[in-house]
Amino acid sequence: MNPTPPRLLGPLWELVLARLREFFREPTAIFWTYGFPTVLALALGIAFSGGTDPKAIPIAVLDGPRQAARVGTLRQDPGLSVVSLCEDEARRRFEGARIVLAVSGDDEARYLFDPTHPEADATRRRVDDLLQRAAGRQDAIVTRSDLVQAPGSRYIDFLVPGLIGMNIMSSSMWGIGYALVEARKRKLLKRLAATPMKRSHFLGSFLIARMVFLATEVAAILAFAVPVFDVRFQGSILAAALLCVAGAMAFAGLGLLASSRTTSTETVSGLMNLIMLPMFVLSGVFFSASHFPDWMQAFIRPLPLTMLNDGLRAVINEGAGVGDVALPIVALAGGALVTLAVGLRWFKWT
Amino acid sequence: MPLAIEVRGLIHKYDDVTAVNGIDLDVSEGECFGLLGPNGAGKTTTVEILEGLLEPTAGLVRVLGQSWKGNANALRQRLGIALQETTLADRLTVREIVVLFRSFHDRGVDPDAVLATVGLVDKKDEWVMKLSGGQKQRLAIACALVGEPDLLFLDEPTTGLDPQARRDLWEVVGNVVRRGKTCLLTTHYMEEAERLCHRVAIVDKGKVIALGTPAELIGRLGGSQVLEFGSAPEMTAETLEGLPGVREARHVLDRWRLTVDAAHEAVPALLERLRLHGAALTALSTHQASLDDVFVLLTGRTLRGDA
Repeated sequence: MNPTPPRLLGPLWELVLARLREFFREPTAIFWTYGFPTVLALALGIAFSGGTDPKAIPIAVLDGPRQAARVGTLRQDPGLSVVSLCEDEARRRFEGARIVLAVSGDDEARYLFDPTHPEADATRRRVDDLLQRAAGRQDAIVTRSDLVQAPGSRYIDFLVPGLIGMNIMSSSMWGIGYALVEARKRKLLKRLAATPMKRSHFLGSFLIARMVFLATEVAAILAFAVPVFDVRFQGSILAAALLCVAGAMAFAGLGLLASSRTTSTETVSGLMNLIMLPMFVLSGVFFSASHFPDWMQAFIRPLPLTMLNDGLRAVINEGAGVGDVALPIVALAGGALVTLAVGLRWFKWT
Repeated sequence: MPLAIEVRGLIHKYDDVTAVNGIDLDVSEGECFGLLGPNGAGKTTTVEILEGLLEPTAGLVRVLGQSWKGNANALRQRLGIALQETTLADRLTVREIVVLFRSFHDRGVDPDAVLATVGLVDKKDEWVMKLSGGQKQRLAIACALVGEPDLLFLDEPTTGLDPQARRDLWEVVGNVVRRGKTCLLTTHYMEEAERLCHRVAIVDKGKVIALGTPAELIGRLGGSQVLEFGSAPEMTAETLEGLPGVREARHVLDRWRLTVDAAHEAVPALLERLRLHGAALTALSTHQASLDDVFVLLTGRTLRGDA
């Protein structure tokens, strides 16, 4: 027996250490937290970055006396890829958008296009201009185009803050909710409740460990997106950090709430997916939430992931500071306080 | 001797099921006390009330001279607990877990010393998920001991273990008990209670049906050996009447269990009686009387619940 044992660093620290060790010894958790968002950013970034060379738009000139002349005129525009076709074949090629527009080879220029194709209208005007000028139309004023590449305006710039928000949501909810139910299921909670451990230390260790994971996972996404896709971080780092912390705490609170009385991991998984799935779709991870009709906006705007994503975009892409995103920071922190307090009240150890 | 545990009129109801139905217990300091009974007898419920994990429906409970109300934190510092089949974290090492549990207690023993006590020194850097069932139980006991408890609770410490692992664990617990640690143990293995416990309460259907040292309880059978037999046709209480040296006869399932003073005298007399009634022996065995026989005597059922 040893009456004066070496004083250990204290129970809170030991609990945090246990959390960190368990996480970093679980390869699948590491993949979903760090690997998956990076792979997703890479895939979507490549697919939608388009580069500086937009693909030529496929169009057709139909059989007729002026076919050869029109093909010659239109081929001078490198942005168009021109083929000669009979009308039947051209109509077939609209399927699957193998061509965007067809113009007749008769004296009168007749345009065939599918108005629902996003590029059809612009292509019609572009082709019309070329044909009118070739036929002798004089422009009334001289025009010139200056191409600008505004920072933060590409799809990848839009995507990266959304991926950060999505990752904060899912890792906070799984990291808290699933882990707590798992501990309850294997009676670890009951065993710990029977020790003199302070219950606030146990739940505190989850939140502290979450902060460590949060910092590393946001850093991992940025460390990838900044050099690979040249994503520029325009705004205040403090504003982004406050948003991330408030968001992570709000989702941790939701995770705690979902797990506070649940005894099966299947139930808590279903419950958390029920909370997260609508936000994956509505809160503007992959496309802007503003695409949804106005009547839905009243529901979408207050969702925590919408607030987090919009706030992160304002900071990263538009250079916002702490004052500009104070509202989402305060709202998310408030949500965190309420959900954590209610979750703790409901929490069952045995 | 001061009491480590004092229980009077303990009752616990889950909805409409009465798990504990009026239990009284006194456990002295330095004693290893066993709660022996079949599954569902109310042992675990009783222990969880004593551990402060459950609120009793009614009754008085004093642990180490204190009631749980208002003393929970102070009491938890002084208790060591191994719950029934707990899986502690999979991906922490044995030593990390013991250090973690040590950190919860104000006083305690060196984690490495505890690992030596339970025989896990050479497993201290293994992940918990790689341990066998017996090693996991020994880890649970290490976690219970590391806070240097004044009172140790072991809830079914060997349930689900193979016989060798069970004997190894008895060795570990036996050493702790011999050093004078007060201990409350629940089990449904009579051999475990006989080997480890100074006194035993036999619990059935939420009540204590017998209390005493294992020797006292076995002594109540009147004989020291048990003779178990089956025959065709079956014998009846009348046809067995007056067999010499038989203290007690009980019919359990399709067998008779006779408690006898000496098997070598009872067996020839029994064979003679069978021949007289034209019955043929279908099974015959004898064994030393055990707590299991006491349970059969008291309830007409075996501890394993197969009658």
